[in-house]
Amino acid sequence: MSIFDQELMQLKETILKMGAMVEDAIRDSVRSLVERDNDLARLVIEKDHQVNALDVEIDEVSIRLIALRQPKASDLRFITTAMKITTDLERMGDLAVNIAERALELNEEPLLKPYVDVPRMREIAQGMTRDALDAFVKKDKKLAMDVIMRDDEIDDLKHEVLRELVFFMVQDPTTVSRAMKIGFVVQYLERIGDHATNIAEMVIYLVEGRIIRHMEVPDENQ
Amino acid sequence: MAERAVELEVRKLNFYYAGGIHALKDISFSANKNSVTALIGPSGCGKTTLLRCFNRMHDLYPKNRYEGEIIFGGRNILSGDIDLIKLRSSIGMVFQKPTPFPMSIFDNIAYGLRLKGIRKRSELSSKVEKALKNAAIWEEVKDKLHVSAYELSGGQQQRLVIARALAVEPEVLLFDEPTSALDPISTGKIEELLGELKERVAILIVTHNMQQAARISDWTGFMMLGELIEFDRTDKMFTAPKEKLTEDYVTGRFG
Repeated sequence: MSIFDQELMQLKETILKMGAMVEDAIRDSVRSLVERDNDLARLVIEKDHQVNALDVEIDEVSIRLIALRQPKASDLRFITTAMKITTDLERMGDLAVNIAERALELNEEPLLKPYVDVPRMREIAQGMTRDALDAFVKKDKKLAMDVIMRDDEIDDLKHEVLRELVFFMVQDPTTVSRAMKIGFVVQYLERIGDHATNIAEMVIYLVEGRIIRHMEVPDENQ
Repeated sequence: MAERAVELEVRKLNFYYAGGIHALKDISFSANKNSVTALIGPSGCGKTTLLRCFNRMHDLYPKNRYEGEIIFGGRNILSGDIDLIKLRSSIGMVFQKPTPFPMSIFDNIAYGLRLKGIRKRSELSSKVEKALKNAAIWEEVKDKLHVSAYELSGGQQQRLVIARALAVEPEVLLFDEPTSALDPISTGKIEELLGELKERVAILIVTHNMQQAARISDWTGFMMLGELIEFDRTDKMFTAPKEKLTEDYVTGRFG
């Protein structure tokens, strides 16, 4: 394997490492809320700097490879994809931190209601993240498309939960503060799904050289 | 963005060297006006052979044989009744090593003009000046037009040769590795110049330097073993080529 190929492989591994950390952060942040575990919430917040460090490292390595190797074709697409994916992953890490912060606040107050939809949204968001990265590694266009399609599920769930929260707030104004915080958590999870979708869209670019962002319905057959 | 009007159209071109080697195989593509078209590919792929078809350089060896057509100005320039002197002033060529004539800077440029029958001093002077300006070398030589062309640097000589080709007002210029004997600064000047020249002439360039093809061309053809593997817009060829062979070549994973 050439030195350049080894460098590309290393870049890929760094992204996967970052992806695994972000996946953990998503899982743990929601767990810290559902299980009312403040220590776990604080751990998620503390560990975010590691994700940030990898974000910087991936950008630096990518810029260096562009400058020194003048990558072309699939190599160029791989490196530009890496730079975009790292931005999305870093934002997902921040959103997990936001969830952990809301968890610390919510854990201080009585439970509004048992969390049912939040863990479901977490499961979808985390699954989308894992599959988007899997699609990236395997250059699997079908799996990437599947991730993009799943974004609707998480959007629908968000609207459902928000409706329910509005109902609580109308019924009993003392729930407003808690309901709003849960509303934020739901919003964060939905945003995580959007970032996973961005990653999946970049995988399509990586495989086909076609940018499908901002298209109404991605045309699978083209 | 480069205009898409066709200047040269190659149709099913085959070329056989005198020894029987089938050097070009069924090549078809169009080179557009106001565009730089680059031909890339590994050594021996046939890119220089292809370039030399456009001004019938292969005719120097009578047993070389063309098949197919190259349409230029409505005519097939491979046909037997083409006036080669005229063809070669319409389709000029610049080589890898600068080829100034052993005479003054002025006479280098005036040479082709005199061949065309221009004798009046004032007309010669103005055409020489115009050609030198168009080749972006006028400022460097205007005070020493009568010194030998050999006193110029390699990069200057190459621009002088380009000026010489431009003086006879060609429609197409062919460049065969025009910067491979030059330093990066001179190379940069020639590359800038090609960008300006395409406003006037269609340009075809053969280059070993892929970065150069990427920098300066609008269209790129990738050749291998005498075949044109892929021909497309340069940005497409270097970001998302269709053919696996092109992909392997431009990413340096060849063979």
